[in-house]
Amino acid sequence: MTSETIRWTRKDLLGIAELSPAEIGLLLDTAESFSEIGERPIKKVPTLRGKTVINLFFEASTRTRSSFEIAEKRLSADNINFSTSGSALEKGESLIDTALNLQAMAPDLVVIRHGSPGVPHMLARRLQAGVINAGDGAHEHPTQALLDAFTIRRHKGRLAGLRVAILGDIEHSRVVRSNIHLLTKMGATVVVGGARTLMPTAVEKLGVEVAYSLEDALRGADVVMMLRIQLERQGKMSFPSAKEYFRLFGLTRERLKLAQDDAIVMHPGPMNRGVEIASDVADGSRSVILEQVTHGVSVRMAVLYLLSGVTASEES
Amino acid sequence: MASLLIHGGRIVDPSQGLDGPADLLIEDGAVARIDGKIAKPKGVETLDATGLVVTPGLIDIHVHLREPGQEYKETVATGTRAAAAGGFTAVACMANTVPVHDNRAITELILLEAERAGFARVYPIGAISKGMQGQELAEIGEMVAAGAVAVSDDGLPVMNAELMRRALLYTQHYGIPVIQHAEDLTLTGKGVMHEGEWSTRLGLIGIPGSAEDVMVARDLILTEDTQGRYHVAHLSTARSLDLVRLGRSRGLRVTCEVAPHHLILTDEEVAKTGFSTHCKMKPPLRSSRDREALIQGLVDGTVDCIASDHAPHHADEKDVEFDKAPFGILGLETTLSLCLDRFVHAGLLTLPRLVELLSTGPARVLGLPGGTLQVGSPADVSIFDLDGEVTIVAADFRSKSRNTPFDGWTLRGRPVATVLGGRKVSPLP
Ligand SMILES: [Zn+2]
Repeated sequence: MTSETIRWTRKDLLGIAELSPAEIGLLLDTAESFSEIGERPIKKVPTLRGKTVINLFFEASTRTRSSFEIAEKRLSADNINFSTSGSALEKGESLIDTALNLQAMAPDLVVIRHGSPGVPHMLARRLQAGVINAGDGAHEHPTQALLDAFTIRRHKGRLAGLRVAILGDIEHSRVVRSNIHLLTKMGATVVVGGARTLMPTAVEKLGVEVAYSLEDALRGADVVMMLRIQLERQGKMSFPSAKEYFRLFGLTRERLKLAQDDAIVMHPGPMNRGVEIASDVADGSRSVILEQVTHGVSVRMAVLYLLSGVTASEES
Repeated sequence: MASLLIHGGRIVDPSQGLDGPADLLIEDGAVARIDGKIAKPKGVETLDATGLVVTPGLIDIHVHLREPGQEYKETVATGTRAAAAGGFTAVACMANTVPVHDNRAITELILLEAERAGFARVYPIGAISKGMQGQELAEIGEMVAAGAVAVSDDGLPVMNAELMRRALLYTQHYGIPVIQHAEDLTLTGKGVMHEGEWSTRLGLIGIPGSAEDVMVARDLILTEDTQGRYHVAHLSTARSLDLVRLGRSRGLRVTCEVAPHHLILTDEEVAKTGFSTHCKMKPPLRSSRDREALIQGLVDGTVDCIASDHAPHHADEKDVEFDKAPFGILGLETTLSLCLDRFVHAGLLTLPRLVELLSTGPARVLGLPGGTLQVGSPADVSIFDLDGEVTIVAADFRSKSRNTPFDGWTLRGRPVATVLGGRKVSPLP
């Protein structure tokens, strides 16, 4: 089935796990058609004129929030930002009350980032507006996986048949979960690699290979995706020190030679230079890290567009 | 005192090996006679149980009645009303009230409220440690003198091994069990669901099965050294069950209970329900392998009783982020129907074995007077329809709270009437 044969029917984008390959294809193809707008001198189209988008960020995230904001503005939506600092949430308002208040403002779309898994799902059940998950705890970050896939497709021309190594803090990463779902659904092979103390239980049940050394994970990879490391999580040390981490699992130029000659290096950011990735790799010729940021805007425009339910006739 | 003739039913009483059609005559609040056919004595009320099952009153030895202190969740009156509606004639209530039930004034308060309400017998369980702080023993003897039947810091484990050892020694003066909520909190950390494939998929922090297992293992070693009397509350893993078997094979006095939700649901339910906080409890819903092992434990006799861990929470408390929601779900008004449907009708348990797990078994664990219809025993009787269909409607619960994952489930088998000391307490006229 090609993407042309299907239409977007979901009210919300909560995760990649529930999407079909055709839906993923549709999102990526739609992003392609929006990417050209970012290269124009006037980077604005009237597509979402009169639509209201609320960006609700319960966790600090300069990168993802700015990317959504730019995408919204380029589509001419009216957008407004709520963040935790100074909002009612810090004054003890419950999430449900926040949701009801938002609903009363009749937004068309709500973009939410929250530290607890499942919060976008909870809001989606209560809001008439479409809900876009911009990251819920360690659960999912669907637009990140989409922009990663978009970037990979740009370089490799395909997803199926590729070998993608995802390395680092697998346990606490929402990026890795969304990427695993997306890449395996699209026919890529995913190997997750990293320290045993940062590997979640039964991760192989998600359909991935597991490697406990960087070398094993890198061998033959077409794509190398590094994840941000936070050595202290939930009050538990998963690794004795940053130095010791880099010695075992840091991506260096030498180690990158184990991957395919044309392998690309990705990172969802923000990077810890010298902890999970050496600077000369991050800034090197194989790095597509800044391209990921660029494509993030196109992918989010596609998501906003498809979820807004705006049809071609309405647009004109 | 109340007299009543219950006629036409099928009497199932595992304590006497009874299973067959018979009439039951109650005189002065006690069982007077069981016979094939009993003529109605003059002036005695009758209850027609034709087509129904008549058993010793069901007993739930693990409930939270929330009084004193959290009456917005439940009270002794509403909790026991829920018990009666669910076919239970007796409950044992946990000590994590506010303030903690660690002194006899609260034992007396609970018993007074139970007496006033009159829906079910209430057997208070006192705290093991003062304030459930896990530091020093509570006044266990005083509470027992006032009517407490066991001790437990349930809600919290006794983490301090030395305190546990002392509790297992000291309670032997009173002949009561020490009930442990077996959980090593250092392994639980900030966990909110079972650690496994589903916690990995959902990105929720896991509570490993080992958090329960290491505590049960530790306690069994202490039980062996002290020769104490130990009971595992809401046992939830295959390995803990194996440890109980091992303890018994070494002659230890160890018993265990299992909750209906651990026998029916698994960790996957959190995903299926889109992060419903009605799937959040401690211990968490475990793997399907654990669930199957627990059912095997019901069949082979390792499990002594089914207890619901009835844990009322207000809707405002549960209707929050999964990470933030309190642990626990209701049980009193769903347990019987769930067990009849999922175990008896599914062919896993015989009806007498289920009645044993819900009545004779729990009475034996805590040394309570009920669990039997022997002549002379208090006339606490459950009457239920083995085949009648029922749809669970949380909004109609007698409990003050509504937190159940079983809302809307249609089940085969339902409570019909409950008799306490010869007096019908459910349904009320
Ligand atoms: Zn407990």
